[in-house]
Amino acid sequence: MTKTDPSSCSCYSSISQSYIPSYSSTTTPTQSQEILTTTGTLTFANWLDHVLARLGVNRMGHRVQPGLYKIGDPTPDSPVLVSANYTLSFDAIRSALTGHDCYILVLDTKGINVWCAAGKGTFGTDELVERIRLTGLASVVQHRTLIVPQLGAPGISAHQVQRQSGFRIDYGPVRARDLPEYLKARKASPDMRRVQFPLMDRLVLTPVELVHAALPTFIAAILLYLLAGPIASFAAIAAVITGTVLFPVLLPFIPTNDFSTKGLILGLLVAIPFAGYSATHAFLSIWANILAGIVPLLLMSVVTAYLALNFTGCTPFTSRTGVRTEIFRYVPMMVIMVGSGIALAILLGILWLVGVI
Amino acid sequence: MFDSYRKNSLRYYPDRCINCRRCNQVCPHGVFAEGERTAELARPMECMECGACALNCPVQAIEVQSGVGCAWAMISAAIRGKDMDSGECGCGGEAGSCCGENKEKLSCNCDDK
Repeated sequence: MTKTDPSSCSCYSSISQSYIPSYSSTTTPTQSQEILTTTGTLTFANWLDHVLARLGVNRMGHRVQPGLYKIGDPTPDSPVLVSANYTLSFDAIRSALTGHDCYILVLDTKGINVWCAAGKGTFGTDELVERIRLTGLASVVQHRTLIVPQLGAPGISAHQVQRQSGFRIDYGPVRARDLPEYLKARKASPDMRRVQFPLMDRLVLTPVELVHAALPTFIAAILLYLLAGPIASFAAIAAVITGTVLFPVLLPFIPTNDFSTKGLILGLLVAIPFAGYSATHAFLSIWANILAGIVPLLLMSVVTAYLALNFTGCTPFTSRTGVRTEIFRYVPMMVIMVGSGIALAILLGILWLVGVI
Repeated sequence: MFDSYRKNSLRYYPDRCINCRRCNQVCPHGVFAEGERTAELARPMECMECGACALNCPVQAIEVQSGVGCAWAMISAAIRGKDMDSGECGCGGEAGSCCGENKEKLSCNCDDK
């Protein structure tokens, strides 16, 4: 079994590859590049890989070897479907194609999913045309049609691909699981063409969000524990979990359309018990109690609002123009809230230490 | 108020349209509908500026400033003193990032599709 010469493709130059070893390959003497073989069956190792990917472990390492794969027993007339070399993308398409005889052309997207890679341009016209050439696809199949996932379209110019490679592009459905239905009539229903963001899709993103926020949260929780006690420490953790887990789960149900205001509303709700606790602290003055209650309202809601704003990048519907508008509209307000919340807390702390309140 | 997503950079010139229906096929939000002689701009407010329609329009009847709708990426770029729209990918973090070192165009939505 010979490996493809890495120097033949510029994409290999800088990145060390970590290929999944379980795919077998056969070399056919007439082709410039071997046709790899895969199945629709997902193993325990695949499942484990998906869990690790969802947790953000070795984030760029969930790759399969780019190239042409056969699944089942394809003939020169069998359909060719295009995918990315991210394990979640590739496994989604091959498991959806169980029982079908076809080819999968895997582009080198550096281990990034189809949509993100299309946005970057790595799932793009140039890579597709080059991959067609490298795999000798034109001599493997007789037809000249490629089925490209619809979410790859932001990187692929169909008419350019046709001009440069001779292959016509049909855009397949958004979701791999609709492929069997799509392949029957080679037509996607309007429903198959629309991207959704259901609870399950939102939920699987939350572990990575939580993992990303874990370290700063841990540090903040320890500092707050030392400065203000266990409840303040717990408040920090609660605000982060609200922003990274509760917010994505409740996204469609929170009023207003902007992520910042949604996060602010949710953060305020979660902060209420903490504000209540803070305000019943045994201060001498009622004003000190009110001010102590305002501190968690300000700080917790702003943490949640900021995390909510950052969730825009995880959704399949926020536009850059809109997100930019949100940033300019709400980030100054967030800075003021953080500043006044911290100032208020420090003021109360000093007054308490010197015995004024 | 509370809706920053009313405006976007999508522009459609129906007089150039040859009704090939590519825009209708590629849009994940049904922004374009099939029309009698030209595509129809049915739900312009739903546009997320992914740029698929413009890139796949063979006659440049659609223009959109495509880019990433990710606050994380934009704020990070702004903090580092770069153009907010230079769009380095927010996913992957610093170490071993797909995009931190590479000078490839645009960035991604972190969504794992």
